[in-house]
Amino acid sequence: MNSMQLLAVIPLVPLLAVLAIYATDRWPNVREGASVLFGLLLFGLVVTLVGQVDSQAAPTLVLAEPLPGLALALSPEPLGMLFALVASFLWPVTTVYAIGYMRAHHEENQTRFYAAFAVSIAATMGIALSANMLTLFLFYELLTLATYPLVTHAGDDDARRGGRVYLGLLMSTSIGFLLLAMIWTWQLTGTLTFTAGGVFGESVDPTIISILLVLYVFGTGKAAMMPFHRWLPAAMVAPTPVSALLHAVAVVKAGVFTILKVAVYLFGIDLIGELAVADWLAALAALTILLASLVAMTRDNLKARLAYSTVSQLGYITLGAMLGVAAGVVGGGMHIVMHAFGKITLFFCAGAILVAAHKTRVSELDGLGRRMPLTMLAFLIGALSIVGLPPFGGTWSKWLLVQGTLDTGLWLLTATLLVSSLLNIMYLVVIPVRGFFAEPASDEQGLQEAPLASLLAIGVAVLGCIVLFFSPDPIYQMMEGVFP
Amino acid sequence: MSLSDHLPVLVVIVPLLAGPLCVLVERPLAAWGVALAAAWLSFAAAVALAVQVNVSGTISYELGGWAPPWGIEYRIDTLGSYVLLIVTAIAALVMVAARESVAHEVPEPLIARFYAALMLAFAGLVGIVATGDAFNVFVFLEISSLASYALISMGRDRRALTSAFDYLVMGTIGATFILIGIGFLYMMTGTLNMQDLAARLPEVWDTRTVRAGFAFLTVGIGLKLAMFPLHLWLPNAYTYAPSVVTAFLAATATKVAVYMLLRFMLDIFGIDFSLGRMPLEYILLPVGVLGILSASLVAIYQVEVKRLLAYSSVAQIGYMVLGIGLASTTGVTGAILHLFNHALMKGALFLALAAVAYRLGSTTLQDLAGLGRRMPWTLSAIVVGGLSLIGVPGTVGFVSKWYLVLAALERGLWPVALLILLGSLLAVVYVWKLVEAAYLTKPQGDVAVQEAPLSLLVPLWLLVIANVYFGVQTDVSVGLAGQAAAVLTGGAG
Repeated sequence: MNSMQLLAVIPLVPLLAVLAIYATDRWPNVREGASVLFGLLLFGLVVTLVGQVDSQAAPTLVLAEPLPGLALALSPEPLGMLFALVASFLWPVTTVYAIGYMRAHHEENQTRFYAAFAVSIAATMGIALSANMLTLFLFYELLTLATYPLVTHAGDDDARRGGRVYLGLLMSTSIGFLLLAMIWTWQLTGTLTFTAGGVFGESVDPTIISILLVLYVFGTGKAAMMPFHRWLPAAMVAPTPVSALLHAVAVVKAGVFTILKVAVYLFGIDLIGELAVADWLAALAALTILLASLVAMTRDNLKARLAYSTVSQLGYITLGAMLGVAAGVVGGGMHIVMHAFGKITLFFCAGAILVAAHKTRVSELDGLGRRMPLTMLAFLIGALSIVGLPPFGGTWSKWLLVQGTLDTGLWLLTATLLVSSLLNIMYLVVIPVRGFFAEPASDEQGLQEAPLASLLAIGVAVLGCIVLFFSPDPIYQMMEGVFP
Repeated sequence: MSLSDHLPVLVVIVPLLAGPLCVLVERPLAAWGVALAAAWLSFAAAVALAVQVNVSGTISYELGGWAPPWGIEYRIDTLGSYVLLIVTAIAALVMVAARESVAHEVPEPLIARFYAALMLAFAGLVGIVATGDAFNVFVFLEISSLASYALISMGRDRRALTSAFDYLVMGTIGATFILIGIGFLYMMTGTLNMQDLAARLPEVWDTRTVRAGFAFLTVGIGLKLAMFPLHLWLPNAYTYAPSVVTAFLAATATKVAVYMLLRFMLDIFGIDFSLGRMPLEYILLPVGVLGILSASLVAIYQVEVKRLLAYSSVAQIGYMVLGIGLASTTGVTGAILHLFNHALMKGALFLALAAVAYRLGSTTLQDLAGLGRRMPWTLSAIVVGGLSLIGVPGTVGFVSKWYLVLAALERGLWPVALLILLGSLLAVVYVWKLVEAAYLTKPQGDVAVQEAPLSLLVPLWLLVIANVYFGVQTDVSVGLAGQAAAVLTGGAG
């Protein structure tokens, strides 16, 4: 297949998976097998696309032209392909995990669950490969809508409330700010195509550009920048595999990916570097990093703590995008990958603890390492990767981000990153440490590990954290391709 | 002359004659057959007209062979053919759904007369659009209005009678105002032909009579349009009318009123007079914005879903009024486009409610509880229609919102742009009330409800698909709206 055909097929594969999932409704084994197979197929296709595309002459596939001069179009570029790679790799992994989790947890409506999951992945592929802001926005909203049934999967009052916050915040920011910014950009420049170096010419008033940047950053609610972060903890009512893939990888990463895309291809990093408002936004991102870390420390519910940790980690990427230097963007892009592997490990572990030991609170986990040694070890590795310690992947992205803050001379931001790492140790690493060394909270005995399928998925995620430390080069080179 | 030369009058005559025929055949099924055939014939004529207009420009038809401005002229231009297409298409689809729903909601002895009234209402609406004569507009308006009052009063609930009476009073005031307005114009110009009026009015622009006529017409059309704050008749009328009537009127009657507003204000008086010499802009903009916000807020608190959507209609009319008030080609394009798009959304939503009413008898939020599983096709249609109402990208609602926001920004009115988007957010709230009821609430009582019959589902889903299709493929809808707007605004940016 040539790259044009690949572009057309990649978003279609998860949609075909939806059909397959509904067709095999009655045979759970076949249904989930199909899910995994389609996932592997998708990953294979994305890898093929990455291998084929020459970043200098990327093809553009026009799907339709709903507004004159403004098409729905797909076009691969390094940042997007990186995102597509991560999401498509982790989809089958999460599906394997979900098989163990959903069955052990006796969840209902599993067909709807896997179907909505696949639609979400299709939307994610669309976001990753979009050639312009309109296309990105279309898939961005589709992702919000497709994940809504997943968030409210339980169907009870808690789910309904969580769903309201989730949809309310994501919809109001995207329609109120992002759409406005988009139409305004179109009115000023007559284009929304992602262009190297940005689309704003000399003629546009810097004040308006500053307002637009603020609208874009706050409009991308999925990036969970404070004060629009509340949806992420609210979404934790979802089953754990959903939290894992969507709220650690696809949805939140779609948010920060959008911010990176906007910064690099609509504004251009040189322009970002000149705007005073970008420094303020970077400072706000730093504040988000610190505040979210502090909130995370106070949360006893394990998933809530991980959610606030995610809010904090997303701040790193937003901060990187607002620095206006190449190292910030490269570091931000790499952090998308590194954090994805680290955080999905942690969520997988949280889910494993829930189904195997029926525990949801951090305070109940003391001594659990003796009964679930593998899970706790994985948790430790994931946590260390998020802190940014070698030999785990998170080291490299933090390194680059720190370098980015040094390049701009904003030493307060540098300090924030370092302090935040310490905070990470205090609220994440402490969990497995107490799990292994503290006195058991209950007197239950014996091994009680998670379902095999779940353990398998955890293993893959952990392996990812380690491999990314020893060979980050392919990813680094892809990100370098953003600035030819 | 061949048949195709008579299309401008055929599109009106066919349903007009079908009305009495429905009464004559008397049997419900036969009456439905007549109405169905007439609606589809009319639709076919409208399609042929649209093609003709597109190929060879505006069509002028001399009724009875009398040359205008003395005789009555039927005149179909781009705007006219566009609105005709919408009205006849909706009528054709609604007629397909009508048989089962009407048999269920209207007492059998009344059914033949029901279809007769429906045909007359339809003929009146089509006539308003087809004619090029100002007095003819009034005549057709009365035909369609009187028929609508009768149709609404046939609702099952006895409150249908009082709401029909309310509408009768308000509608008659509106029609009278329109008649007075037309009378004033006739007094000053001595002509009723629209083209002729447009040519002669500039000479007498500065007289008080013309200005008074303008004011009477604005208020009169505003009443028929249910323009905020003249909308009080609409929620009750939509709530208690038979479901099919609601679907038909919501998707067509207000659209034709918007057409009248465009025709009189921008074409006959001309944009220089309406928006330049007269302060229409300063009336339409605030009225539009207030309508969007207040009606959306009220919609949020409704428990009767038909009424909720009726208030949402008032809000959507606000968008169209706002678009006209922005007084630019982009704004008017947005208004005309939203006219088309809103017909698709509300047609779909009210047909879906007709399906719910068919199975459950009523349409409160409580009735919707847990219905998502039992009537999956109907309820998923409501979801898509609702998303379109919100303006989610990939649906028609997004395209019209895009043009309206763009028009506001072009004028430098960013607060208006923000308010338009705020309206969308309010729509999220009331649409999500439906979604939560349907999918996240436990059903009460009788659970043995089946999916609606196919004759309701097929037209419903055709409209739903149109909501998505025209949201992505906009060559026709935006193209024609843009052409019409360019003509109306004289190409002025």
